[in-house]
This record gives sequence, structure tokens and C-alpha cells, in this order.
Amino acid sequence: MTVISTAGLARTFQTKRGPVAAVRGIDLTVREGEILGFLGPNGAGKTTTLRMLTTLLAPTGGTATVAGHDLATDPAGVRRACGYVAQSGGVDPQISVREELVTQGRLYRLTKTQAADRAEELARDLGLTELLERRCGELSGGQRRRLDIAMALTHRPKVLFLDEPTTGLDPGSRADLWDLIRRLRAEHGTTVFLTTHYLDEADALSDRLVIVDQGVVVAEGTPSALKLEYGGSIDATLQDTFLAITGRSAPEADAAPVAV
Amino acid sequence: MLLHDTALIYGRYLRQSLRSRFALLFGVLMPLLYLLFFGPLLTDLPLGGQGSSWQVLVPGLLLQLGLFGALFAGFMIILEKGSGIVDRMRVTPVSRLGLLLGRVLRDATVFVFQAVLLVLAALAMGLRAPLVGILIGFAFVGLLTVSLASLSYAVAMKVRTPQEFGPLINAVSMPSMLLSGLMLPMTLGPAWLDVLSHFMPFRYLVDAMRDAYVGEYATAHMAYGVLVALGFSALAVTVGTRVFRTAGA
Repeated sequence: MTVISTAGLARTFQTKRGPVAAVRGIDLTVREGEILGFLGPNGAGKTTTLRMLTTLLAPTGGTATVAGHDLATDPAGVRRACGYVAQSGGVDPQISVREELVTQGRLYRLTKTQAADRAEELARDLGLTELLERRCGELSGGQRRRLDIAMALTHRPKVLFLDEPTTGLDPGSRADLWDLIRRLRAEHGTTVFLTTHYLDEADALSDRLVIVDQGVVVAEGTPSALKLEYGGSIDATLQDTFLAITGRSAPEADAAPVAV
Repeated sequence: MLLHDTALIYGRYLRQSLRSRFALLFGVLMPLLYLLFFGPLLTDLPLGGQGSSWQVLVPGLLLQLGLFGALFAGFMIILEKGSGIVDRMRVTPVSRLGLLLGRVLRDATVFVFQAVLLVLAALAMGLRAPLVGILIGFAFVGLLTVSLASLSYAVAMKVRTPQEFGPLINAVSMPSMLLSGLMLPMTLGPAWLDVLSHFMPFRYLVDAMRDAYVGEYATAHMAYGVLVALGFSALAVTVGTRVFRTAGA
């Protein structure tokens, strides 16, 4: 079953130097329970696409539905159905882990008791129980990421959007996070839509990859299918495959404005 | 739901303010200095209004404190935007108006608390004014804080860095203060200055507050003051909410 579908989704920003098309027209579908890797060079429009799909940014063109809710006409429905973890996370370093989790529950309209219970439950599930009374600023990178994800899971969303979830984590924390993402899908059937720059991560985690460049989808398929088609062999590295698709070894400095 | 969300956001940010008690008290220090070092200069000057010089000075000082405090309210949200907190809240079903109102009501609460301290200090220094007038004054400064803080958040959501925000706010606050007669009544000046100051919404507020401080509540100044304060708040909150709803920055 399809849980996300977009048609010609586009976003143009008005800048002092004229209009800049960050996303030119994205067509994609994501099946329920799928882990989708959304890849592309810097400035390809990954974050902008994510921000549109999570209602943070209004599209300037195209349509999309998330978990049966139309992005344009039912943003409230989309918000109830999806969780989002931004690159920067989103917790106040001065506030305790417990307070952030409870407040998040309250933002999703849980009662005080429900929110307190949900905070405990999430903490247990994500290994944060010992840290509940700590201030968010005192957590390690990996603990912070687990908290960010716990916050996004508060309302048991059908779809979880993760924007570069493992950037800046040490290898151990990265491996833990991969396990967590797999476990979410296995236990709750959560659909995970994640962007990453780590191709080994995309290879290890994703059922399917969508590669964007300059605001459009340039390739999609399972990691092995893409390797075969673009890398020349199923044994090709995803690195070589990626470069074959996007056609350059390093992102051009002036290609497009980075994620807004 | 709006009430629930507003209360939730209000609580979160009020706790934030309470964590920084030092800043809370420090905010009263500047107007206190005016009271101490500027107030006595006016004692024997003919200011044209009724009542003592304190009844002219204190309303102006309160509004000035509100003006600067509220205009800089947006600073915090620039930091919160950078750490992803604003987006994290905006992906939840929380009311956009609630996101704004919770914050500005916190600002108004903090400010009225500071205003009470300032009025107590002024009473000790020689201010005499009717209680009702003083309470009306608090209502005006509360409304002013709600309006200006809303606009400040709206601007802060649009700019990227504190470095852009500071100069912008300074460019607005300084002329606003000078042109609204917060320090001295504008009627003392030449006609052109008096006329110019009527384009500043704060002018109407300070005139109304000065009337309240001498116990005159049924005046044209008061009517204009109430209208401008309410209209300005409604406009500012509308603008602020719009930005929270659409903010693409």
C-alpha cells in the first residue's frame, strides 16, 4: 500500500537574485512499512522536499498525500500522521529530558497523565530512562539523537522522516541508530523516509533508494538494481553508482542554494 | 484547544524566564537609573501637563521599558530556530496562534512584573497617582508588549542571524522612543515635531497613560489610546500568527 505519493512537487524560493528552484518536480511513491533512502548531492533539494512533506514549507507546485491526507487541503491530518527529526534535532539544552518529552506529548494533545506515561514509555523504549532528569544539553550525540527520535515518535506516527539522522555520530552510535530504525519498522510497521550522505548507511538500511539531483528524481530502485543499472555490476559500490548517476565527484559550490 | 496550547507554550517559556532571574531583575535596572538620575532634573520644570513631573515621567518610562524589552523579544526565537525547536513544534498539531500567544503573554507577564517594581520605586521617590490610573497604565504597557513582541517574533522568524536582527530593531526602537514623547511631552516642542509624533502609535498610548496617572479617565486621549492599543495589538498578533503559519525561513 502506498503511504506517500507526490506528483510534480516543487518549491521555488524568491531571492534577491531572482527566483531559485530548489525543488523542480519530485514524483515518488513510498510503500507502507518501507525504509526509503533519499539521497542526493548537497543542494539537491532533499531537506526542502522533507520540509514540504512535513507541512513546514508550502509547495509552490505539485501535489502530495501523506498517509491518505492531502498536503494542501489537510495539513493537520498530515501532522498527526508523521514525525520529523530535523538535522539539528529540536530540544532546548536548558530543559530536562522528561520535561521535553512531556511537553511534546501535550503538544500532541495528550492529557497530563497520558503525556507523563508516554514519556516514561518512550524513555524505556529508547534507552533514555536513566537520563530523564538530565538536561538535554548534557546528553551525548547518540543520546541526543535517540531523544530527538523519541520526541518524533510521541504520537506513534505512521511515517517517520529523518533528515541526516546519523551525521556527527560515532560508529557505535550509528550502528545503534540503524538497529533502532530497523526495530521501529519491525515492531510498529513504521514507514521511514530518511536522507543521508553516508552511502554505506543507505546501502545497509534502505529497501529502496530515491536519488535526487538539482531538484528532480534522477534514479530510483533497490540498492542492487541501481548498482546493476548504473554501476555496471551488482558488486559495484554504491559510491561509484551514486557518482555515475549524479555525474560528479563533489558537489559544485554554486549549484543551488543549500537547504532552506 | 487554543487555550490549551497557549497555556502550554506560556508555561514552557515562563519557566524559561524564571530560570534566568538575574536577567529578569537586570531588565529593571536601566529604567531605575532614569528614575534616579533623570527624574530629579524634571522636578521644577514646567512640563505643561497637570500633576507633578513624576506623573509625566513614570508613564513614559514604563512604555519605554516595554518598547525596548518587547522589540528584542525575538532574539530568543532566532536561537530556537537554529536549534530546530521552532520546526519541531510546528510539525505538531499545535495551534499557530497558540505558539505566538503563549510567547507574547509570557513577555507581557515578565514586563508587568518589572513595571510593578518600577512603580514601587517611583512611589518611594515621590510619585503620587491614583491606584486605578496606575492599574490602567499596566494594562496599556501589557498591550504594548503583546503588540511589539508579536512583531518582533515575526521579524525574527524571517531573519537568519542575530547580527541582522539587532541593527534592524535598533533602527526602529530609537526613533520610536524619541518621536513618541516618552521622555518629555511632545506638546513642549515645535508644532512640526508634535504633528510628526502623531504618526507613532506610542504617542497615543503615552498621552492616555499620563491622563490615567492624574486620575482623568474620560478624555479624548484615553479614547484614542484604548483604540490604538487594541487595534495595534490585533494587527500585530495577526501578522505574527501568519508568520508562524507560513514561515519558510
